[in-house]
Amino acid sequence: MDFITILYAVLVLGALAIIFGLILAVAAKAFEVKVDPRLPQIQDCLAGANCGGCGYPGCGGCAEAILAGKAPITACAPAGAEGAAKIAAIMGMEAPSGEKMVAHVLCNGGVNAKKNFEYRGVQDCVAATKVCGGDVLGCKYGCFGFGTCVAACQFDALHIGENGAAVVDKEKCTNCGACREACPRHLIVEVPYKQKVFVNCSNLDKGPAATKVCTNSCIGCGLCERTCKFDAIHVVNGVAVIDYSKCKNCTMCAKACPKGAIEPIPTPEEKEKFKAAQKAAAEKKAAAAKAAAEKTESAE
Amino acid sequence: MSVTSLLAISLGAILTNNFIFAQFLGICPFLGVSKKIDTAVGMGAAVTFVMGLASAFAYLVNIVLRALGLEFMQTVAFILVIAGLVQFVEMFLKKFIPTLYTALGVYLPLITTNCAVLGVALLNVQNNYNFIESVVYGITGGLGFLLAIFLFAAVREQLEFAETPKAFEGFPIALITAGLMALAFMGFSGLKVW
Repeated sequence: MDFITILYAVLVLGALAIIFGLILAVAAKAFEVKVDPRLPQIQDCLAGANCGGCGYPGCGGCAEAILAGKAPITACAPAGAEGAAKIAAIMGMEAPSGEKMVAHVLCNGGVNAKKNFEYRGVQDCVAATKVCGGDVLGCKYGCFGFGTCVAACQFDALHIGENGAAVVDKEKCTNCGACREACPRHLIVEVPYKQKVFVNCSNLDKGPAATKVCTNSCIGCGLCERTCKFDAIHVVNGVAVIDYSKCKNCTMCAKACPKGAIEPIPTPEEKEKFKAAQKAAAEKKAAAAKAAAEKTESAE
Repeated sequence: MSVTSLLAISLGAILTNNFIFAQFLGICPFLGVSKKIDTAVGMGAAVTFVMGLASAFAYLVNIVLRALGLEFMQTVAFILVIAGLVQFVEMFLKKFIPTLYTALGVYLPLITTNCAVLGVALLNVQNNYNFIESVVYGITGGLGFLLAIFLFAAVREQLEFAETPKAFEGFPIALITAGLMALAFMGFSGLKVW
C-alpha cells in the first residue's frame, strides 16, 4: 500500500464526514425541537442515581413527569427536601416542609429465629421463598437475611447485621424505596429519620406460636401498650405497632418488653432498674390506695 | 436487469433470506422493541427507511471507493454513512412523530449498530447489485424485518396472557418463540417461483 492510497482514504473519509456533518447541522436547525429550559435544570436537582425509586425510567423520565405535573416535586426521595426545594424554586411553587424519612427493617430475628431446614440454594430471598413454600424460617414473617434488599440498595445503606437480619444505615439511606420493593416479605417500611424506637418484629401469630419460632418475637402481650404514657404503641393483629406521630422516643416500651423485641434493646441493668422503678411505683400506688381506703373507713 | 430479477430479489429478501429468521441480522431491536405491535411496526418502518437510504448512499459511496481503489475501506465508510443517516432519522422523528420517538427510546440510536443495516450495505457489494437492485434489496430487506418484527410482536402480545411456567415468563419464552418462527421461515428456503 502506497502513500497515495492512505492519503485518498483519509481524504475520502474526511470529505464524507464533512458532508454528513453539514447535512446534519442543517437538519438540526430545520428540525429543531424547543425543549423547556426548566427540564435540564430540574434534572440537575435530582439525585442522578437513576435508581428508579420514583417509578419513572431514570432521572430524565422523572424530570419530565415533574415538569408535566404528573409527579410531585418530592418524587425524588434521594434528592430529599433540599432537592425538592430547588425544584420548587424552578417550578415557581412553594417548597414542601417534609420530614426526612428513611427505610427500616421490621425484623430482628436473624440467628434468633428457628430454621426449619438449611437452605443452600441461590443466596437470594426471593429464591428462598420458592423452596418448600418458603419455609426456610420457622417464622412466616421474618427476614431471611440473604440480602435481596442489600443488592437492591444503590446507596450502600443496607447490610446484613450481626444477628443475620438486614439493617438500614439511616445516615446513608435516601428513602428511594428500592428495598421496600425488593423485600419479598415486605418487612421494610418508611419511618421518620429521628425515630429511635422500633418494634423489630412483624410476626402476627399468637404468643405461643410466635415464641416457638423466634426468641425475640413480639407475642402481642400488650405490656408496652400499658407502659406507654403517650398512647403511641398498640397491639394490632398480634404485633405491637408504634404510631410514629405520637411516639416521643422515651424507650419505656423497649424496657417493658419481656422479649426484647423493641429497639433499642435494653441492657440487663436498665431492665433491672426499670423493674425496680415499676415495682416501687406499684407499691406506692397500692400504699396510696390503702391509705385512701383507711381514710374513708375512719371518716365513717 | 429485468422486473423478474427485481421480484426475485424482493422475494428472497422478504421470505427465503429474511434478515432476521434466515440471516440472523438485527436481532437486538427485534427482541428489544417487540413487546407492542405499535412500536414494533414503528421500529420496522424506521429500519426499512434507514436500510433503503443506506443502500442508496452506500452504493454511491462505494462507486467513489472503487474508483480510488479503496474497497478495503467499505466497512468504515458504510458505518459512517449509516451513523449519519440514523442521526438524521432521529431528528426527523423527534420533530414530526414525537410519540414514535419516545416509544422507540434508546433503540432508535441503536439502529446505527443494527447489523441488518450494515449487512444490507455489505451484501449489496458482495452480490454485485446495481443501484436499483441495491435500493430494492435494501427496502425489501427492511420490509422483511418489518414482517418479522410485526409477527413476533403479535405473538408476544398474546404470550402476555398465556400461562407459562414461572421460569419461562417474559424473555425465555419469547426466545423460544423466535426460534420456532425461524424454523417456520426455513420452510421458504425451497421457494422458487421463476
